[in-house]
Amino acid sequence: MTTDQIRSWAGAIDCDVHPRVPSIDALRRYMDSYWSETVVVRGVDEFATIAYPKNAPLTSRPDYARDKADQDAGRTAKALLDSHGFGYAILNCLYAVQMIRDEHMAAAFARAVNDWVRHEWLDRDPRFRASVVVPYQSVEKAVAEVERCAADKRFVQALFIAGTEEPLGKSRFWPIYEACERHGLAIGIHAGSSYHHAVTGSGWPSYWAEDYAASSLAMHAQVGSLVMEGVFLKYPKLKAVLIESGVTWLPPYLWRLNKFWRGTRMETPWIDRLPSEIVKDHIRLTTAPFDAPADSEMLARIVDQLPSEDMLLFASDFPHWQHDGDAMLPSGIDSALRKKILIDNPLATYPRLTIS
Amino acid sequence: MPLDSPPVADSASKPTNRLAIVDSDIHPAVKSLNCLKPHLEKKWWDHAMTYGFRRRHGSPSVEPYPKSAPLASRRDAWPEDGSGRPGSSLELMQKQYLDPAGVELGVLGPLGNTGQGELNLELGAAFCRATNEWQREAWTSKDRRLKAAVVVPYEDGQASAKEIERVGHMKDYAQVFCLTRSSDPLGNRRYWPIYAAAQDHNLPVAFHVFGTSGHPVTGAGWPSYYIEEGAGGHSTSAQTVVTSLVMEGVFEQFPKLKVVIVEGGFGWLPPLTWRLDKIFERNREELAHLKRRPSEYIKQHIWISTQPMEEPEDRHHLLDTLRWVGHDRLLFASDYPHWDFDDPFRAFPAGVTPEQHRAICAENGLNVYRV
Amino acid sequence: MARHVVARVDEIAPGGRKCVTLDGRGVIVFNVKGEFYALSETCPHKGGSLAKGIITGLVQSDGPGHHRLERQGEIVRCPWHQWEFDIKTGRSYCDPRRMRLMKFDVKVEHGANLVEGPYVAETFKVEIEDDYVVVEV
Repeated sequence: MTTDQIRSWAGAIDCDVHPRVPSIDALRRYMDSYWSETVVVRGVDEFATIAYPKNAPLTSRPDYARDKADQDAGRTAKALLDSHGFGYAILNCLYAVQMIRDEHMAAAFARAVNDWVRHEWLDRDPRFRASVVVPYQSVEKAVAEVERCAADKRFVQALFIAGTEEPLGKSRFWPIYEACERHGLAIGIHAGSSYHHAVTGSGWPSYWAEDYAASSLAMHAQVGSLVMEGVFLKYPKLKAVLIESGVTWLPPYLWRLNKFWRGTRMETPWIDRLPSEIVKDHIRLTTAPFDAPADSEMLARIVDQLPSEDMLLFASDFPHWQHDGDAMLPSGIDSALRKKILIDNPLATYPRLTIS
Repeated sequence: MPLDSPPVADSASKPTNRLAIVDSDIHPAVKSLNCLKPHLEKKWWDHAMTYGFRRRHGSPSVEPYPKSAPLASRRDAWPEDGSGRPGSSLELMQKQYLDPAGVELGVLGPLGNTGQGELNLELGAAFCRATNEWQREAWTSKDRRLKAAVVVPYEDGQASAKEIERVGHMKDYAQVFCLTRSSDPLGNRRYWPIYAAAQDHNLPVAFHVFGTSGHPVTGAGWPSYYIEEGAGGHSTSAQTVVTSLVMEGVFEQFPKLKVVIVEGGFGWLPPLTWRLDKIFERNREELAHLKRRPSEYIKQHIWISTQPMEEPEDRHHLLDTLRWVGHDRLLFASDYPHWDFDDPFRAFPAGVTPEQHRAICAENGLNVYRV
Repeated sequence: MARHVVARVDEIAPGGRKCVTLDGRGVIVFNVKGEFYALSETCPHKGGSLAKGIITGLVQSDGPGHHRLERQGEIVRCPWHQWEFDIKTGRSYCDPRRMRLMKFDVKVEHGANLVEGPYVAETFKVEIEDDYVVVEV
């Protein structure tokens, strides 16, 4: 790696980094005696998710997998932050709390995951920030967990998984957004599913590759729901970040939303401007994966289809194998846009990043 | 009082001097269910009259998402004599659309109580058969420009293949017709008998949006509004079809199969293709049954209809997207008589060349459909 | 610029409309609660004819989940893509600046005043004792 390349990532804010819970014992330490004992008595193994099979190529880049780089704050800091000179990294723990059916158990596990992240990661490196894992099986418990964690300014976002039971714009979720807006937390919606129903509207696909591809389809639904239900009218300071589900699918979907809105406005009359304009102000996307062709000229035209360059947030998606070497952004992004993606846009999206 | 709407694009010259339009999506409707009765065994007619239709959703008739207009139709497409629903009068269809637009080949896609998605598979197969007979009797025998679809009870692969075998050799039929919201993704092997039979008969398989899968419309659950179903649910169901057909190896198994994606828009196809190629590169072991990149299968096997036309604020975005999809892969569709109807002479943005327009509105269709 | 007598006043009831062709141009005359308005017939979006568009009200909202129907009878929607147009101004709701129907001046005149001209009576006889809708195109 040349010095130039290192410098080119200096100060970047990595908006999607995944710490791995090494075992359930790591969490038991952060549970009360009842839940800790329950894990043993009932033989709770671990809430792994089929969204990221442990040994699937995407789940861990070979060099990161070899070093178990995602299982320890120090190793992650060395492999990712030190080597690139990142300013901050936002931790999105994908431990599958969202799959749990028992809302009390979900709350206990969310609490344990968040405390584990705080003590084992945030406390170990000042460059780490984190998302609050939210047990939205119960909105009341989700709000309580947001409130509890928000006291620590290093939590900058509340984390949801794209494949929800119900789309996130539904009004029953709104108390969570009220708390997030009040605390200056963004809401992050990450690829994956609770798997409480099929990952597509036409059932369960045969291959993992299709399941992963379908994450961008669930994101269509979340954008449509958050916008059309009026979440951003009710909570005008709220930002929603779509994480690890591609970028390029969004503009054609906004064309459809705008066109439909012109003909169906009376259904949601509170939406008083083009849906794409609401999206421009409130929706953000992380850049890994980007899902663009390698052609630089095409990339410029694709970016031009986005409502705004302010919407893109840099992410490595560590340790997921989105790229080799340092090719963390698609080629064809000029230096001005690059700076926005790496630094300015994340700072504008996550106001708590710099206040701790 | 001149209450009839003006002919479509009537300011242009007479149809004889104009492009002969190929329309990949016209919806004929029954005047009433009685139209199917002569084509049904008594027991299935009686069954439907007694128990109604049962699909994977709660209502036998009412759409769970009320549309923006009755029967999702153009308000000017209701026959004035009150004789039936939009799409049920050949005479009105001719006068209002086929003649003035200069349609030379109109491919039918019946919707409604056609038997598709019926939980009772035998009832479904019986109504599909009746729908296919009715299309010949009421449409293709009366207007040679129109070609029928082999409507198949797609949840039953064997019965679907049987229906294709029964009528697929007749020149009245130009395509096999499925809906995108199936109970398993359509690349699943349970549907392969459909593709085998379609390939044997050189019939393209159309996947038209809608259907009742029994699954939430989206991978994020049931949305509240029609706009979410329409703008999001339809295009994502079409993306699911493309993903599934490609990734589950349908085009390896059926190398001559042609597929047409209908009424889900088309702007999403380039981004989906880029995404699938990337996922394929990283997961070649899981997808070892694929010999080529997803983009190559898509380029070779999939055509996509243009309706509802994408309407970005900046038309250059649309011109880019049309190019990325490929002017040779796009098929004009009007969706007559539905509310988001596209007119072949008004739907396209300035900047589409006459050659591209001719390819999309005429030539490509002649290469796809068996005519 | 010509003035056309298009209807006897009682021919277009409140809530009703009449479609006419004036100088080769399709025009719809609406009666909204006793006031007449004349708009071009063809939707500027994709060319649908507003002759068969539903006449309805304007749905407004004070915020998410709130619906309020106002100005009943003052909105016509295109029968194709369902765009809303304000009958009183011709402007579309969603894109009022760029997408609008042409609006024409309408007057109600007594038959006695029309007999003298310079009006173009279209297809019917003007009686001195009746009132008529006159559109300027």
